[in-house]
Amino acid sequence: MSGRLMVEASGLEKSYGAVRVLSGVDLQVERGHVLALLGPNGAGKTTTVRILATLARADAGVARVAGFDVVTERRHVRRSISLTGQYAALDELQTGQENLYMMGRLAGLSGAQARRRAGELLAQFDLAEAGRRTVATWSGGMRRRLDLAASLVGQPSVIFLDEPTTGLDLRSRQAVWQVVAGLATSGVTIFLTTQYLEEADRLADRIAVLDGGRVVADGTSEALKGQVAGQRLDLELADANAFDEVARRLGGRAVQGDPGRLTIGVATDGSAAHVRALLDEVDPARRAVERFAVHSATLDDVFLALTGRPADRPSTDDNESEKEPAGV
Amino acid sequence: MSDNGPAGSWIGPAPTAVATYNPILAALTDAVTMSGRSLRMARRNVDVLLTSLLLPVLIMLLFVYLFGGAIETGTRYVTYVVPGVVLLSAGFGAATTAVSVTTDLTGGIIDRFRSLDVTGASVLAGHVAASVVRNIASTVLVFAVAYAIGFRPSAGPLDWLAVAGILVMFIVAISWLSAAFGLLARSPEAAGGFSFLVMFLPYPSSAFVPVETMPGWLHGFANNQPVTPVIETLRGLLLDTPVGASPWKALAWSLAILVAAVAASGVLFRRRTA
Repeated sequence: MSGRLMVEASGLEKSYGAVRVLSGVDLQVERGHVLALLGPNGAGKTTTVRILATLARADAGVARVAGFDVVTERRHVRRSISLTGQYAALDELQTGQENLYMMGRLAGLSGAQARRRAGELLAQFDLAEAGRRTVATWSGGMRRRLDLAASLVGQPSVIFLDEPTTGLDLRSRQAVWQVVAGLATSGVTIFLTTQYLEEADRLADRIAVLDGGRVVADGTSEALKGQVAGQRLDLELADANAFDEVARRLGGRAVQGDPGRLTIGVATDGSAAHVRALLDEVDPARRAVERFAVHSATLDDVFLALTGRPADRPSTDDNESEKEPAGV
Repeated sequence: MSDNGPAGSWIGPAPTAVATYNPILAALTDAVTMSGRSLRMARRNVDVLLTSLLLPVLIMLLFVYLFGGAIETGTRYVTYVVPGVVLLSAGFGAATTAVSVTTDLTGGIIDRFRSLDVTGASVLAGHVAASVVRNIASTVLVFAVAYAIGFRPSAGPLDWLAVAGILVMFIVAISWLSAAFGLLARSPEAAGGFSFLVMFLPYPSSAFVPVETMPGWLHGFANNQPVTPVIETLRGLLLDTPVGASPWKALAWSLAILVAAVAASGVLFRRRTA
């Protein structure tokens, strides 16, 4: 087993029929790190995870997980990983305890070991009470926690989480974040996909941005923010005319703009000299800008700069109800 | 969540791994686990359970009391029809396997199973084993009700053993065929269509009426379709009349269906989950 890298992929390509989903994906995750693969719907996140978890085969490229080749040493890979997909992988007609027991047996534990493990996990995930009821009676957040618990039964060294919080309400999302953050401190390697910048920012040591089947950026949250601009100057403008005027002067330099709220943002290094120069440049008459504020750049800015599109926000959950029917 | 979250202790003492990994043994153990799963779920799926237990009994009562009077078979009709009803119920019960298989495939659980290195054969074997147990239960119920309404078989212990053997072989074959169909179907509703196919197969056979009473063009099919030798065998064994080559034909059919279904499901499982 190679020591440092738990996930290495290079040149992964995959097409489904005429649709090219991945066109050369390179990724590396170090042991004990959390990588967030960030991208909009249809970017190829799930396909990447399925290839790394041995469930799909790449048309080209090679990948090693936990030191094993995902094609030729598939069995070894499977014994080292777990996968939690977008759809809860649970039996509604079994109780929580029975689901975990079954997964334990399938992961190679003896009956007694599987029973003990199921009990431990139910307790740790605060599901002991509900564990005796069939999952059909559980809420979406509880199901997702059980789903995560089930993925830990076999004590994997690499955990794949495909959009672990899509479709969950805020409280359930935070509960999942707490679980993932807890896992991360235990030394396991985590590969998670998400559409949510906030999620990637909070959980990941490193973020890879996937867009159009390619990794368009890869680095720490800080490095990615730095790649766009260290800081952002947000201007609040007097009226619509002022907005148009400032937008015209900034042109392509504006990193965000909202004509309705009369705000516009522009990259800056945050120094007084640069901010003063920018203000003088966009508002020589000193009437257009009412207020300004300097912020550290957010991942939103990064995403916009890298992909030319704003990222999805968690508040767009309603649009995704059809993706995650178990969500509450 | 416990105070320090699951991180504190989820990496417990590593489970003692099976010292020498044997893929065949692992597949068998997985199949047993999957059978337990399928049986537990079947027991809790009350609608399906009631249907698969009561429908055969209702069909038998329907034939015996409504149609029976009008059908001349040379014996009491209940005596004639029980083997057909047993077969019909076995086929119908086995066919619901397709729905369970498709339900697995359309949910996320099949990916979890595969990432745990559970083979497709183990998953399907679990469904088939559960189907066999379910159908043995419904068959016993049919025999019990049949006895209550006057069915008096004259079979000895060896005959009963042979009946059980032939029936189980048939149920295994149809269950596995049904599982293969479940791998083809895109939705559980579509998979349910397989039940109809299997449900109607016994009608153009000697199950409910003697073949000689059917139009001539149907004789060829009715005499040579897979269900007929099974029914002839059951009837012969239960009523202690000569069975001729029927048992061998029945076994040959079941075996052929099983082999074809296992081969097809292997290919279909790989294609469906690629």
